[in-house]
Amino acid sequence: MTTVAQESAAGAEVGKARARKEDARLITGQTNWTDNIVLPGMLHMAFLRSPAAHARITRVNTSAARAMPGVVAAFSGADFAAEQGSLPCAWPVTEDIVIPNHPPMAVEEVRYAGEAVACVIARDRYTAADALEAIEIDYDPLPPVLDMRSAIAEDSPKVHASAPSNRAYEWSFSNGDLDAAFRDAPVVIERNYVQQRLIPSALEPRAVVCAPNGDEFTLWSATQIPHILRLMLAVVTGIPEHNLRVIAPDVGGGFGSKLQVTAEEVLTLLAAKRLGRPVKWTESRSEGNLAVHHGRDQLQRVRVAADRDGRLRGLSVDLLADMGAYLMLVTPGVPLLGAFMFNGIYKMDAYSFRCTGVFTTKTPTDAYRGAGRPEATFAIERIMDELASELGVDPIELRKRNWIKHEEFPYTTIAGLTYDSGNYEAATAKACNLLGYDQLRKEQEQRRARGDAVQLGIGVSTYTEMCGLAPSRLLGQLLYAAGGWEHASVRMLPSGKVEVVTGSSAHGQGHETAWSQIVADALGVPFEDVRVLHGDTQVAPKGMDTYGSRSLVVGGMAVLSACTKVVAKAKVIASKLLEAPPEEVEFGGGVFRARGSEGAGKTIQDVAFATFAAHDLPDGVEPSLDADATVDPETFSFPHGTHLCAADVDTETGQVKIRSYVAVDDVGRVVNPLIVEGQVHGGIAQGVAQALYEEAAYDADGNLLTTTMADYLLPSAADMPTLVTDRTETPATTNPLGVKGVGEAGTIASTPAVVNAIVDALRPMGVRDVPMPCTPERVWQAIQGRADGVRAANAATGAEEAAR
Amino acid sequence: MTHITLTIDSVTYADDVEPRLLLVHYLRDVAGKTGTPIGCDTTNCGACTVLMDGVSVKSCSVFAVQADGSEITTIQGLADGELHPLQQAFHEEHALQCGYCTPGMIMAAADLLRENPQPTDEEIREGLEGNLCRCTGYQNIVRAVKRASSARTQAPAQTGAQA
Repeated sequence: MTTVAQESAAGAEVGKARARKEDARLITGQTNWTDNIVLPGMLHMAFLRSPAAHARITRVNTSAARAMPGVVAAFSGADFAAEQGSLPCAWPVTEDIVIPNHPPMAVEEVRYAGEAVACVIARDRYTAADALEAIEIDYDPLPPVLDMRSAIAEDSPKVHASAPSNRAYEWSFSNGDLDAAFRDAPVVIERNYVQQRLIPSALEPRAVVCAPNGDEFTLWSATQIPHILRLMLAVVTGIPEHNLRVIAPDVGGGFGSKLQVTAEEVLTLLAAKRLGRPVKWTESRSEGNLAVHHGRDQLQRVRVAADRDGRLRGLSVDLLADMGAYLMLVTPGVPLLGAFMFNGIYKMDAYSFRCTGVFTTKTPTDAYRGAGRPEATFAIERIMDELASELGVDPIELRKRNWIKHEEFPYTTIAGLTYDSGNYEAATAKACNLLGYDQLRKEQEQRRARGDAVQLGIGVSTYTEMCGLAPSRLLGQLLYAAGGWEHASVRMLPSGKVEVVTGSSAHGQGHETAWSQIVADALGVPFEDVRVLHGDTQVAPKGMDTYGSRSLVVGGMAVLSACTKVVAKAKVIASKLLEAPPEEVEFGGGVFRARGSEGAGKTIQDVAFATFAAHDLPDGVEPSLDADATVDPETFSFPHGTHLCAADVDTETGQVKIRSYVAVDDVGRVVNPLIVEGQVHGGIAQGVAQALYEEAAYDADGNLLTTTMADYLLPSAADMPTLVTDRTETPATTNPLGVKGVGEAGTIASTPAVVNAIVDALRPMGVRDVPMPCTPERVWQAIQGRADGVRAANAATGAEEAAR
Repeated sequence: MTHITLTIDSVTYADDVEPRLLLVHYLRDVAGKTGTPIGCDTTNCGACTVLMDGVSVKSCSVFAVQADGSEITTIQGLADGELHPLQQAFHEEHALQCGYCTPGMIMAAADLLRENPQPTDEEIREGLEGNLCRCTGYQNIVRAVKRASSARTQAPAQTGAQA
């Protein structure tokens, strides 16, 4: 018998550049965003937020607000104190981690500017916003804690008075003899890198609607994680899980920022419960920049030891990771997702990693596209360029001397991960060819010799990443509270149409299209005959949701597995219809036939109807073809690729212009090349944005300076180069379709490619680093630093402190 | 309250509104035209872009009272029986992912093509600078606008000269 996987390998749909099913509603304005929801009697909620980074709340009076026309209720944190619980942290990475109490609405103390301190619930959103101004609240200021290096000093003021210090945890990992690797090493390079704080900036601001119905509650939220949210809301509020229904309707992007259990979700639920009426809250962008979790924010100290020929001996990484004021859903775990990735695609003898999670009086950090892996990839790819420069070797040549060769897979790295497959040689060769690497190096030489004001730099990033989160057993070893499986159901309708229920809740990725392609091949039904359902815990009752480039490699495999079960069930019934023993029945192209027979056979649609009618089923066979599957991945997914960036850097103004950008990614077998290319484009844009444009900046008092899109610079179409993208295809060996994750790859790969290009352009001027974002001013400052570019560059952000 | 009368996607609306009511809130909360979303509060993102008397405006930067007597076209009124060439091109070129910026992006692109029926890639990028997208990296949006521009120029002449 042909297996489903083999069948689909020969199928017509997987691999096709299908335009997306989702688009029909999105391009016509028929989208169902959470903020579109209007319910009878619905009220609108608005939050008053702390103007101070750190203060004690001494008085709150909401009575004047409450008395305003149209205001139904006004509450302070004290009003919720008995029932609001503490926002969850699901990843206590060490036994002795400090997890402070995190009330959804601050009761006694505020620990970052933007923390909710009171709310108004009114008939309409304007009235609610007006009434916020009538709330009286007094604060006693407490010292802000802003700089991580100072925060861990003995005499630092504490973010949480009850905690022993501002250290949330220390987590370490090592393998191999690091001392031996560094002892007598001919070359040792040490660098400090700063991963600036970023604001994920999904274009749809958050929104929540909660409708009470007796003791049941339906909550709509612009979330990536309806299933996890449902469970967590039950844990936090004590409302039993089976009385909660969570719906993620159309969600306008997430990038990790909606992988969260937020204060506003809990408080909207509690308000609806208390008032017995539907309540809506919609975030403004300025509110969101303050209160949606931020990303990145690490100080990295990286040391590498190598032989004279460039062979890597050892790597040592020491991080300070800014947690912000509280530990949110996976805050402490984000750096751990990078811990196994600093070694990148390279072989070495020893590796050590240490991370200290630090509390500050800033917005909490958590997952942002790539989550830990962009930070790791940046560090290794930046320092590989530094090592190449030190040795006078071309950066690609240095990588070749160290990377895992294609014939060496599967390969267990120094960080303990077994990479199943890859071909770094092929991706790099293709990328070099597309960029015209050798010609550009010649041009660079000429421009250097001429002393042109505008210098050319070529940046290299040969990345891999671990994604497809995640094998549950491994998550358990890392003390994550949940598993990493995914669920799917496939339902054969009497008419032969197919409903697919997926626990992976999409918010722009295109699951409805990609899953339809997988199912069309696996069941031999038309692409158009498949409907994908998701995002509602009543419709799709089981799931682990969407993050960590997991949807296809985990959720897609659950869909495939459920299809396999449907075919197996259908075969038993088909054998009765065909009057042939089951072992003689073959399935292909949607048709069951007795082996060797030339007849029309029975289509899967015929079998679906026969099953529905149930007139003539084999004895003891249930009248259903429907099947569920829950798949736990056996390992991570390891996409890889080579990104090359050529940048013109004006040495007089510091202006950087990306002249060409080539990305050759290997994401294994591709289900839909259109979707894959889109993910790569968008991923690269966010990585380029970190390199050149974005930074969440605070002043000395802990006020966020970048609260609006006027201050926090997201790139526009005019800021982005035209990208050249291509692929190599080395199938994964760890799933039946051979696919790998793609959602985060572009973001992980691109940031070091861009910064390497800038530094490469300026290296003859003594520049060894430019802190991100590499604004014209910072590039110019680095140039002025000349021989001591690192010091000049670090001075711009105070990153010198990172050395400890 | 001020009385306003305006046309939205060929339907006339008359309402008493607060002078401070933003046009985008009027569209969404009063007229129920939720196809136009809101992405920011500082007129940077352009998600709420609509056509006002044929010219693109960010509807968060216009008061409803300023739209009195005007004709508004939103993404919901763009298709005329069949998809507008821009809608079709955005679909075919995969110029959207989450789709939140798409209504504003398409309306801004419609105005861009009105002013410049055959823009270069650079002109498209500059012309859409006021509309932010966090998903696509813009590349397929540029392709889509380009594709729609050739569809528009090809259709009436039937020459097929424009590739």
